[in-house]
Amino acid sequence: MSVVSVEEEIQAEAPSVLRRPDGSRMVRRSRPWLTALRMLVLIAAAIFFLLPVVWMVLTSFKLPGEYMHRPPIWIPENPVLNHYRMAFDDKGRIALTNSIVVATSATVLSLLVGTLAAYSISRLGTGGKHLSVWVLSQRMMPPVVVIVPLFLMLRDVGRINASFGLDTRFALIAIYTAFNLPFIVWMMRSYFDGVPIELEESAMVDGCTRLGVFWRIALPLALPGLIATGTFAFIFSWTEFLFAVVLTRTEAFTLPVAIAGYTGSQGSNYGQASALAVVATLPVFVLSLLVQRHFVRGLTLGAVRG
Amino acid sequence: MLVLPAILIVLALAIYPLVYSLWLAFHQWDLQTPGHPFVGLDNFSGALGDDRVWVALKNTGVIVTVGIFFEFIVGLGLALLLVDTVHIRRILLPIVMLPVTMVPIVVGLTWRMMWDNQYGVVNALLRIPFGNDLNIVWLGQTRTAIIAMIVTQVWQWTPFMFLIMLAALSSVNPDLYEASALDGAGWGRQLLDITLPAIRPIIVVAVLFRALDAFKIFDLVYMFTQGGPGTSTETISWYIYQVGFKFFRMGYAAAVSYLVLILLSILATLYVAAFVRGREA
Repeated sequence: MSVVSVEEEIQAEAPSVLRRPDGSRMVRRSRPWLTALRMLVLIAAAIFFLLPVVWMVLTSFKLPGEYMHRPPIWIPENPVLNHYRMAFDDKGRIALTNSIVVATSATVLSLLVGTLAAYSISRLGTGGKHLSVWVLSQRMMPPVVVIVPLFLMLRDVGRINASFGLDTRFALIAIYTAFNLPFIVWMMRSYFDGVPIELEESAMVDGCTRLGVFWRIALPLALPGLIATGTFAFIFSWTEFLFAVVLTRTEAFTLPVAIAGYTGSQGSNYGQASALAVVATLPVFVLSLLVQRHFVRGLTLGAVRG
Repeated sequence: MLVLPAILIVLALAIYPLVYSLWLAFHQWDLQTPGHPFVGLDNFSGALGDDRVWVALKNTGVIVTVGIFFEFIVGLGLALLLVDTVHIRRILLPIVMLPVTMVPIVVGLTWRMMWDNQYGVVNALLRIPFGNDLNIVWLGQTRTAIIAMIVTQVWQWTPFMFLIMLAALSSVNPDLYEASALDGAGWGRQLLDITLPAIRPIIVVAVLFRALDAFKIFDLVYMFTQGGPGTSTETISWYIYQVGFKFFRMGYAAAVSYLVLILLSILATLYVAAFVRGREA
């Protein structure tokens, strides 16, 4: 997957000032109509991408009389917090707890297992050749393809021990861990590859063990990468819907399942759904802003470094 | 040793289900038939002759190709326009990251409200030029439902293309533009002769990733139309889900899944052969 050449990588990693010296591009920047066009496009794009989100947030503070109104009422006259209160009294609280427990556990577990594997592949070359095939084939496979066997497996497991079967947090954690793994191994290997091996060699000469080197040198140096990769794993587990809706029922359902549950052909409780939706959107958005620098790299499995 | 836990997890939760699924595909596993008799290739031949499979594949194909076409054009256009700016980009980046990180179900919820024929924002905006009588039942009609789905996809994923194209454009060597400007090349020449060839490998990767993800579309179908009206918005993921968990025909669902996997492998191989290998040769 070395689509981007080394030089391009170095350039992409350099601060943005260096990338844009005053060359021919400077000429273009000085045209007033171009600046005007850019401002126009910026405003149009901002409205297009923000408007639906704004509508959702506002809906969460409106009573049905206001969100079901023609023409639409944008700013609620008497904003209410009912929907948030009710969302947290009800299924919402269970869903939020489940989502937090499931996404966090799956992220931590897959980071633990995946980072070790990635380090081993990066430094000792174990099975590194098959890694890309594995990662890509998993990326390619629609999750629906394994949903039937997973459902039947969990049903059988549940008959032996109900706390590991269908409708348990354990089941979701295990599946999300497995689905996070290829991505984590792939990304962490690329971050470990960026840690100079000389540092580790000298530490080993000084008597550090392989695991000690991993823990004291490689991991701290790859920490920004670890945090970014973990964020992506968290986002995947947090936003996943298909597994959650098929494999849970009344106990282990997560936020997306609860939100979908508020809408139906018989009429929807958009106020409460929107309140939960806001709760589901905020943490992921804040996390992604924190790892903004690694965002493009994560989106493209490291093929592009933004 | 260090890779062992990873291998065990993948064996149990990724490889084993696939093997199990293969077994299922050769057996009749449903609620009517007692036991799970071996039926050979019946499930596969049934799937190949199943109109709903083909309709679902067609719908998925339309959503993927039309959606990615617009995502790419708009994403690249925005990136070209803003690559030389610093301040404008800084304002826009957090805004565009919002759709990409949103829970797809939340996107479905939000846009379901937007498309509502009575109270939705889309029709309200359209009523400004077209008059108050306008009442498009977006999600209730065959043709408009799939348009709504594509527009929503484009809304969520154009930022993905934009962010990647922006990164790609910033990595093009500025000296190239300077040299070609000295040679008298205009903006259009530079785009065709310098920019596009330079970022081509990244375009290939971005389109591939988007296509693989878009092919899985399920959550939007669930929130918008549940496949309807009729089967007009049924995607392949939705159909497999229906076969498995509404009709409880697990063997058949497994067979359709395998056909989809085979189809995807062929398409991905052809794509890679056409765009990736071709470049290196």
